[in-house]
Order: sequence, then C-alpha cells, then structure tokens
Amino acid sequence: MKIVRFTKKGIYCIPGKFYLDPWYPVDYAVISHAHADHARSGMKHYLCHDDSKAILKHRIGKDISIESLPYGKPITINGVSVSFYPAGHIIGSAQIRLEYKGYVVVFSGDYKVKDDELTIPFEPVKCNEFITESTFGLPIYNWEEESVLRSRLHNWVSSNQAKNRTSVFVGYSLGKAQRLMKLLDGVANVYVHSAIHNTNEAIRSSGIELPTTELWTVNTQKQALQNNILIVPPALLGSKMIKRVPNMATAICSGWMQIRGNRRWQSVDAGFPVSDHADWNGLITAVKATEAEKVYVTHGSQAIFSKYLNENGIYSEEVKTEYGDETIDNDQNVLQES
Amino acid sequence: MKQFANLINTVELTNKTNDKIDAFVDYFSKAPDKDKLWLIAIFTGKRPKRPVKTTLMREWCMEIAGIPEWLFLESYSTVGDLGETLALLLPNPSRSDDRTFSEWMQDIVDLRTKSDQEKEAFIRNAWSSLDMQERLIFNKLIGGSFRIGVSKKTLVNALAKYSGLEANQLMHSIIGNWDVNSISFDALIHGKHINYDNSKPYPFCLAYALEKDLNELGSIKDWQIEYKWDGIRGQIVKRNNEVFIWSRGEELVTKQFPELVEVIQSLNGDFVIDGEILALKDNGILLFNDLQKRLNRKNITKKLMEEVPIGFYAYDMMEWEHKDIREYPLSERRQRLENLFESNSVEGKRLFLSDVITVDTWAELHEIRAQARSKDSEGLMLKQKESPYHTGRKKGDWWKWKVDPLTIDAVMIYAQKGSGRRSAHYTDYTFAVKKDDGLVTVAKAYSGLTNAEILEVSRFVKQNSIEKFGPVRIVKPELVFEIAFEGIALSNRHKSGVALRFPRISRWRKDKPVEEIDTIETVKQLIYSTH
Ligand SMILES: [Zn+2]
Ligand SMILES: [Zn+2]
Repeated sequence: MKIVRFTKKGIYCIPGKFYLDPWYPVDYAVISHAHADHARSGMKHYLCHDDSKAILKHRIGKDISIESLPYGKPITINGVSVSFYPAGHIIGSAQIRLEYKGYVVVFSGDYKVKDDELTIPFEPVKCNEFITESTFGLPIYNWEEESVLRSRLHNWVSSNQAKNRTSVFVGYSLGKAQRLMKLLDGVANVYVHSAIHNTNEAIRSSGIELPTTELWTVNTQKQALQNNILIVPPALLGSKMIKRVPNMATAICSGWMQIRGNRRWQSVDAGFPVSDHADWNGLITAVKATEAEKVYVTHGSQAIFSKYLNENGIYSEEVKTEYGDETIDNDQNVLQES
Repeated sequence: MKQFANLINTVELTNKTNDKIDAFVDYFSKAPDKDKLWLIAIFTGKRPKRPVKTTLMREWCMEIAGIPEWLFLESYSTVGDLGETLALLLPNPSRSDDRTFSEWMQDIVDLRTKSDQEKEAFIRNAWSSLDMQERLIFNKLIGGSFRIGVSKKTLVNALAKYSGLEANQLMHSIIGNWDVNSISFDALIHGKHINYDNSKPYPFCLAYALEKDLNELGSIKDWQIEYKWDGIRGQIVKRNNEVFIWSRGEELVTKQFPELVEVIQSLNGDFVIDGEILALKDNGILLFNDLQKRLNRKNITKKLMEEVPIGFYAYDMMEWEHKDIREYPLSERRQRLENLFESNSVEGKRLFLSDVITVDTWAELHEIRAQARSKDSEGLMLKQKESPYHTGRKKGDWWKWKVDPLTIDAVMIYAQKGSGRRSAHYTDYTFAVKKDDGLVTVAKAYSGLTNAEILEVSRFVKQNSIEKFGPVRIVKPELVFEIAFEGIALSNRHKSGVALRFPRISRWRKDKPVEEIDTIETVKQLIYSTH
C-alpha cells in the first residue's frame, strides 16, 4: 500500500490529502516541530503537538489557523488516523504516525534518542514504513552522556569564572537555547537574548517549566554579567551588541563540533558536541525498533545511511527534502543544527 | 597521558593566546620533566618516525568498529584527518591508563623495531585504554602528524613566563641539537647545550603603512627609498663562525636555508644584517607560496633547493664586529652594509643589496610606485636617512607604501571542501574567466569570505553541482567574485597562460551576472600594463 508520496511541496499523505512539514504553502500541514525548516509560514491550516502550538504562533503569526493534539491521541483526517509520538528533539517535537486501513507510516521529523531531561523522551513506534532523518548519519558521531556533557560545560564555565569572564554560549533560540539552560542550570545566573527570552515565554505560556533566566538588554549592567552566563542566538556573533559584553569567552554547542576541524573553523573559543539529533547508534536503534519493512532516509547523510541499512538487511531509500538547510533562517549564520 | 591530553584540551577550548600560554605554564609547573622534554621535542620536529603503516591501522579500526571500508572512507572524507577519524570511530575504552606521556612516547619510539604482531597488539591495547582525546593524540603521534594549535613562538613565550628566561635564548635552546634522553629539562631551557651569545638576535625594526601626503615628509633627499619585497623578513647573525637566520616571527629558520648559510659562512667579518629572503628563479621572484615550501618542510632536499632557489636582499646592518651599531644613522649603516658586500665580492652569490631608488621629486616617486609590480615588488619603503634601527614599530622614520591590489571579475567553476579545520564546508574555490566561447581557469582561492557567505556558497554548491570528481564539485558557472591579487605574469605551466600572485576573494559580486566577467584577453592586458 502506498499512503505517502514525496512531492515537490513536501511529504504528502495520499488518502489524507495533507502534507507533513511541507516547504511550500499547502492547505493542510501536519507539523513535526517548530524549527524553521520544518514549520514554514503560508500554510492555510496547521496541526501540531500541544507544546508546539504557542511556539508556532510566536514564530509564524498569532492569527494562523492551528489546532493541536497531545501525544498518543489520534484524530482522523479523510479516513487517515493521525497521531503524535514523542521525538525527544526539542520541546513539542513529535513523530507523526499515520494509519490507513491498518497500514502504518511514521515520519520521525527530527529526533534524539537520549533523554536530555528537558523534552519528553523519544518513543519508538512500530510501523510498516519509517521516514527517518539522518543529520548525523555517520559512525563518527557518537554523543557523550548528559552527565559528561554537563560537567564539560560546567568546567569551562568555572575556568572562565577564574578569570572573571562571562561565558557566552551561542545557540539557536528554539531548542539549543533551552537545552543549554537545562545543562547550565544552577551553575551561575543565566542571561538570555530577547529572541531566546521571547521563545521561552511562548514555551512557558503552554505551562512548561523552564529554568530561571534573566533578560539581557542594553541596560544590563556589565558587572551583572561578569562570572555569569549569557546565551545568544548565532546572529549575534560578531555584532556590536555582543562586543559590549566585557571579558567574555564564547562557545558553540552543536553536534558538528564533534569534529575538531569544525571547532577550530569557528571564530569562537570553544566548541562542544551537544546535539539535539540522534547520533549514529541512536539512528540505528531507532530504525530497528520500528521494525519497519521500508525505511526512507531524509535530510543529512541520506545516501550513506540508506546504503548502510540496505547492506544490513533493512530495505531503504533515500529521499530528497528541503529540511536541514543551515542557511534557511537568518537566525543561523554559524554551524547550527535544526 | 591524561595530563598531556588535558593540556591539549584546555588549549583547544580558547582562542586567546594568553590563556593558551597560561595553560602551558600550568603544565610546565606540574608535569614530570621528561614529559615536558617530549612536548618540546614534538614542537621542534624531533618526532619519532612512523612505526606502523597507516593502512594497517585503518584495517584494525574498521574491524573493531565493525564498519565496511566505504563507510570508513566516507567518515574520513568528512573528518579530513586520519588520526581523528580513527579516534572517532573506535569505541570507548574498557579501562583507563595511567602511564605518563613520556612513557607512551618511549613505547612509540621502541615500537619501530618490534615484530608485526607486537605492533598490532600494542596499538589495539592502546586503543582500548585511551579515551577519545587521548586516542586522538596517540594516533597522531603514531602517524607523525601531531600538531598543537599554537606556534613555536607561543610555546617559547610560555617557557619564558614559566622560567623567567629570555624568549629568544629559549628559542635557540629548543631548536638546537639535543636529545630527549640525554638532557635534563633544566639544562635544556638554560641552554647548556648552546652558545646563545652567538645567536642572539635584535628585535626587528618595523614600518607603518604610509598615512600622510608625501610632501609632508619634507625633502626627498632625507629619505632612503627601496622596493618592498614580499618574502620572509630575515635577520642573519654571524658570530664566531656560527651562522643563524631568524625570521620576523622570532623563529630560527637556519636549517631551512642551507645554501644561504654556506655563503654567509664564507664571508669575512662578524655581523648582524636585516633583509628579505626571496625565492628567485629565472630573473624573477617566485610566488610566496613557493617560498613557503621551504619553511614547511622538515628536510630541505636538493630537489627542493633547485625547485625553489632562494636569495637574500639585504636592507640594513645592526652589528659589525660585535659592536651594536643600531644607534648609528641609517645612512652610515647602509655604507657599512655596502662595504661588507664590496669587500667580499658577493655579487651573484645569493646575496644582494637592496637597491636604493634615487629620484629628485616626490612626484617622480608616484611613477616608480606605479611600476613596482614590473619588478615583482609590492610597493616602496621610505626610510629616514637619519633614523636609528628602532626596536619594533615606531611611527615616523620608516614607512611602507604598498601598491593597490589588481582585481578581476571571475566566475566560480569548481568547489572543494576545505581540509582539516574547514572540512565541513566548501571553502576552496577555482575561478575562471571567459575565453572564446568558453571559460578558462585563472585562479584558486581559499580566503576572503565571511562564515555566513561560506555557508551560502556551500548551499549553492550542493544544489548546483554538475558533476563530482573525487572531492571536487563542478558547479554551474553562476557566482561571480572579484578576485584581488598582487601581481601577474605569463606562465606556460597554467592553461590560461597567466599566473596570479596571491589571489584571494575581495568580494562577492552578487550584482554581476556571469556574462559580465572578464575575458582572458583583458586579464593579459594587466601584464602589459604592469610590466
Ligand atoms: Zn530537521
Ligand atoms: Zn529540528
């Protein structure tokens, strides 16, 4: 049975007559998560997880037509049962499960298998066809445990404090910023740029608790920042505003930082491999857990991961999509994942 | 090894040179002496030879990680470094290891004479006891390619801060002949094995870029005017039959220029002179990239000496027969420099006096500057005849007056991912101009774009590649860039018939359609207009 088709506009559910994370305007878009490459503007109607609703409105527009669902609760669209399952990528991120006449297709969106203690952990869903991302689909990508990452970041912050420095972290305002807030909670006061602050407020408005942060503005006293932490979106790197921070050390947290060359290429001091995507083993475990008979591989290392799956007895095809484009959003002018 | 890995880790977590220096100072005050010696040995090229074939290490790694060769190669091409690829692919260690860095180094040295089985056992054993950062260092030490992201000068500054000793003396000490197993750390840094009195250099006198109108400089008669050369600024020290060549970065580069040392050795008198090392061939000056080869190679082979022959253009003299003459006026120092050259009849023996340009008016000098490229020079130097040889940079007495770069508009036709630190993006580009109905390659350039622009170009490359040739993507000729360069010459080694000196991207011409790029004829015109 064929219930999804990969079209120029996005992933299309044939009997349901709706799209999953489309990149061109369509009538009905089911959205996996609120990152800009998955949730674009111009859709006549949006369906997403409850926790993504406020973020989508904040990012795309207050007046969009949007409805939301909790995890595990299906709705039926043109005879197709649609439901969301946790993807563990960012707050509100979901895998989209489609069932039609007993045939099940799951679209992973972006996902991370490890528990980051902030988002609801990834939950494997059995299906006939699984559409998976492959951002870090190479065996060189293997993430460290959350506790190890946490102590790496904490050590770096304390070495900065020994020199009375402000530790500046660069991270995408949705996703990475909240992850960092969680990882850095309790180490020092955390200041955030307004883009992050506003995203935080949208998240908090749906009743989700985030670590305490303070808004960083032009009026923030320099002494207040000293020895503390500031999180800014990538666009701020090299800006006049950031140069006002006295005596700072800068860091980028991204899965790409696993490679030494990428760390050194950036104009920042430090790079830490903190990712919101599945690593190599995470991808393999996730795919196997679905027991899918057919696996479509989207954005990232699709050719490589797909070839690997085929060699290991899992039928797979690579699919070209427009997700994972680092340059799509002005928010991202350095290596960031989305 | 843990302590050493920690040092490397700390150094890599900062961009600030002072923080790096502090990390080294901390290491020097805590690490065992033998470890410190090995650290310095590696810095100064005293690395053990590669004891194990890298192809074998690849095989073992694939087997341990359980991945096929194609996947290994994909990983390698993403990482861009073999030692790092191996380190990333190997699983986490099952135990930990407490041996010191020097113990590991000694094992690596001893490994060369071991049997194949012993080698394999050693490597596998190491891999299962070293964590990611340690593994990376270990692999690179084995491969002989271990580099720490700091310059020799930074290391020397750290040693100076730690020991209170003078930086240049330390530079000579660590570069000199010594062996890890027959010297103590203390003896090494105190230079027990060298005679620093013979090598001690003077700080270079540096010029500022001209920022005034020429007429404000007073009478042209008060100025010594020379061409500005783009080579390696060098200081030759000859004392008591020893010869040393210092670069401007205060590194000793004596070993890189044996033919120059030989000529200097044969001269009468002891002296210290300042000048420029240039690659000279067929009556012209080779590109700086060629000269760079002489700096980067550990061993200067005869072949390389023939490929990149060098010469020294002397500018100034700071010491004569052990007397510091830096306070003498330039005019007098110049006279002594000329005397040295005449009394030794060195003409044509790789030593040249930097020509002094004599003109009567500043106006004429504009003309000369405009013609500077025809001499392969990058501009003029103006030096006040009364000036002493200053320590470092001082405004007013020495000015550099560079020529403006030449530019052409060209289209990008190939792109390649950078290596090492730039391996995730397309950063290396090849550019072409129009020739008849097609295009012809004129330049390769790596630098000049911002990070954001690199991402944008990378995206274009991914979406518009016509074909893949190994790591090279052939892209749709669409993006137009302004390429700046310092000089141009006819060349039969290049398909286009021209070679550009120092090409780099000066800006992205988003406003220009590809139809409007330069033609090879207009590019060639530049040769005739500069020569
Ligand atoms: Zn994505
Ligand atoms: Zn995402």
